[in-house]
Amino acid sequence: MSDTRPVSVVTVGDQEVVITRSFDAARHLVFDALTKPELVRQWLGPSTWTMTSCEIDLRVGGRWRHVMTGPDGEQMAFGGVFREISPPDRLVSTEAFDDDWTGGETLTTALLTEHDGVTTLTTTVRYSSAEARSAALATGMTEGMSLGYDRLDDVLSGLSGAT
Amino acid sequence: MVMNTPGSATLERLDVTFSALADPTRRAILARLTHGEATVMELAEPFAMTQPAISKHLKVLERAGLVSRRRDAQRRPCRLAAKALRDATNWLDGYRRFWEDSYQRLDDVLAAMRREEGDPSMPGEASSDGRRGNES
Repeated sequence: MSDTRPVSVVTVGDQEVVITRSFDAARHLVFDALTKPELVRQWLGPSTWTMTSCEIDLRVGGRWRHVMTGPDGEQMAFGGVFREISPPDRLVSTEAFDDDWTGGETLTTALLTEHDGVTTLTTTVRYSSAEARSAALATGMTEGMSLGYDRLDDVLSGLSGAT
Repeated sequence: MVMNTPGSATLERLDVTFSALADPTRRAILARLTHGEATVMELAEPFAMTQPAISKHLKVLERAGLVSRRRDAQRRPCRLAAKALRDATNWLDGYRRFWEDSYQRLDDVLAAMRREEGDPSMPGEASSDGRRGNES
């Protein structure tokens, strides 16, 4: 198998995070994988958690809701409404956690572009405020992660390479 | 996944840090400073930008605690506050790791979908009914 493709995560402005990743598949397949419950539950979320409920009403104004169960039985539920659906290149939806602690819902825009059978998925998550974004980023942190000072160059060249 | 909530002071500091990092010129300034101290004049050189414009960017970086300036008579060289930047990028790294994990599983899901579609370039068995994958 080839090396795993990298994920780029950058902050843009005060309120947005942009996540970019390419996939070895045609756009319509990636779009399906983002929008069909039987597919979404196979990949979305931390690997130690299970998606125990996945409901998607794929139409403008339709609702979606996911429930995830963690290794110790803890539950996390989140969902939202579809704003724009334009297969296979654009999907816009809102998202909020049932137990919302970040202070508001987010607006997620997924753009898909395809070239030579490779699809690039660019996901822009717009938080309701700068504070909400910081909170989300802070709790996205996994334990035990620390960058060595000697990797700082790599990090900065990665940051300055992303606009 | 959400195990603890950072205090508001930490969040406020992160806001300021991320805003500071959100500008490409400021990121380029930080990249230059990883190679050592530099004066405002030295930092301004690669950009089509005046020194006052660079100074404005430096003030944002100083407020975010990412850059400090020595009180060296006239020149006041700037240096990178590496720990602050490391802390900020740790947060991004955790967020990235979440998506890395999910997207690696998505790779596997997509590979199975391509085999289902009967994609000739995919190794493994194709679906026997030859159905095309354009369901909606």
